[in-house]
Amino acid sequence: MGATALRNGPSPVPAPIDSIVEVRGIFKTYGNVEALRGIDLDFPRGKLTSLLGPSGCGKTTLLKIIAGLIRADGGTVAINGKHVTAPGPERAFVFQDFALMPWATVMRNVAFGLELRGTNKAEREAIARRYIAEVGLAGFEDKYPHQLSGGMRQRVGLARALSVDADVLLLDEPFSAVDEQNRRKFQEDLIRLRTNQNKTFIFVTHSIEEAVYISDRIVLLSPRPGRVSQIIEPEIDRSGDPERIHRDRHYLDTVEEIWQGLKQYVE
Amino acid sequence: MAVSIRTDGEAAGPAPLSNRSATGASWDQPVLLRLVSIALFAGIWEVAGRIPVSFAFPTFSDTVVAFFGLLADGSLATAYLSTLQPLVLGVVLSAFLGVGLGTICGLWRTGEWLVIPVFIVLQAAPVAAFIPMVTFVYGIGMTAKTLAVMILALPVIVLNTYKAVRNVNESLLVMCRSFLGTRWQTVAKIILPDASPVIFAGLRLGVAAGFVGVVLAELLITPTGIGDLITFHRSRADYAEMYATIASIIALSTPTLVFLQWVEVRVFRPESRGA
Repeated sequence: MGATALRNGPSPVPAPIDSIVEVRGIFKTYGNVEALRGIDLDFPRGKLTSLLGPSGCGKTTLLKIIAGLIRADGGTVAINGKHVTAPGPERAFVFQDFALMPWATVMRNVAFGLELRGTNKAEREAIARRYIAEVGLAGFEDKYPHQLSGGMRQRVGLARALSVDADVLLLDEPFSAVDEQNRRKFQEDLIRLRTNQNKTFIFVTHSIEEAVYISDRIVLLSPRPGRVSQIIEPEIDRSGDPERIHRDRHYLDTVEEIWQGLKQYVE
Repeated sequence: MAVSIRTDGEAAGPAPLSNRSATGASWDQPVLLRLVSIALFAGIWEVAGRIPVSFAFPTFSDTVVAFFGLLADGSLATAYLSTLQPLVLGVVLSAFLGVGLGTICGLWRTGEWLVIPVFIVLQAAPVAAFIPMVTFVYGIGMTAKTLAVMILALPVIVLNTYKAVRNVNESLLVMCRSFLGTRWQTVAKIILPDASPVIFAGLRLGVAAGFVGVVLAELLITPTGIGDLITFHRSRADYAEMYATIASIIALSTPTLVFLQWVEVRVFRPESRGA
């Protein structure tokens, strides 16, 4: 099964040529805790890269620095070759706690990024409607967030990020507040979305299985201080039935290998 | 029939409370319950008046009769005409000034240090004691009465707004920033809607306090309007008329508070409607 993809095992890879996000020498300290030390990373265009590591490794901090939501104490982030220190239209963020406005309908929440940019109502709602359907929420446009399940709320968050048409989607543990069944379904949908949308995804997770399941590239971070410990490219064929991936031998081996590597950081 | 109209006023105290919980539930049953509670209240009043608890305590039915008497001879209308001016002016000014000041203080540290301590002191102080002072400075006209309303209404509105703005959901602020919201958009589209339930709680308390303010002013400053009507009937020992007047102002404050609730749900928090 999926034998075509099993060329060689997970292996460290050299920096790719076309990288959309370039992180150079990022440092960040909180008080006297060193959160990130000397992070150099390239994120290849059109790929899904996961930042994986135990809690305290600074993966969310790194994502928020890339998003421009947190300032680094040193180093630079460049998107499409341009240095950035603040949020910009080429990046969109999906929040761990969804960050939906409880007083706004699904429609208004999804269109909110466009509303802030001054897109007129008819146009932004047409765009929002398309992405609401894309994430599988057609028919829920007029519902309020409290009427939706956790999984559906995060789909709203994802549709909002998609609708501003950013090149880079930054997802901060998007499934951590979603129950297991919904998470599996959502992960499958994300794989499908990735093939449809020509976007770069940067995905923070603490779940090894999740990272291996969905990522083209996994950046392993080690904690205290947060540093890049390993970069893995699991070569898993995701074209077929997503259910099959979970039984793919290569998938299982990669999960095991990462676990062996991370074990030392777990008390 | 006349009784049921009248009783609306008598139960004005508990009514807004039951209203609040009723917005979520279906409409039929709370209405029935409220009518029962009003009838119960009227019944107890009637019994207490017949015992009598005090010679100065009229029965419910006498009060109802007196109310229609006051309506008929026009004295109630005249009184309200003069009471409503400072009341409406004071309440509207307090609402806008209070929400504005509270928002500024919530957003801006310096403003917080300058303004908030004053209002904390004002809220803690027995404000009615200031009313003679207001009279001393501003005389006995409209200005003094409007000020009396504002002194009572403003602190709770400012402080509630300030706290609501200060405690706004942090993750929504970050969300707005990440989607390139400007400062002004953040205030208008995130901070104010998110803070609106607490702001409106403050407005309800403030409006109720404004009613207290105007009656106090009319009892203490100038014998005009409702305050005068109460004093006048007390001095003539027309207790039924006096109670009818008091009940009528309670009756007026209730729809005002219900209206505020309506505005809140309608404009700011549509998700709490029929949810």
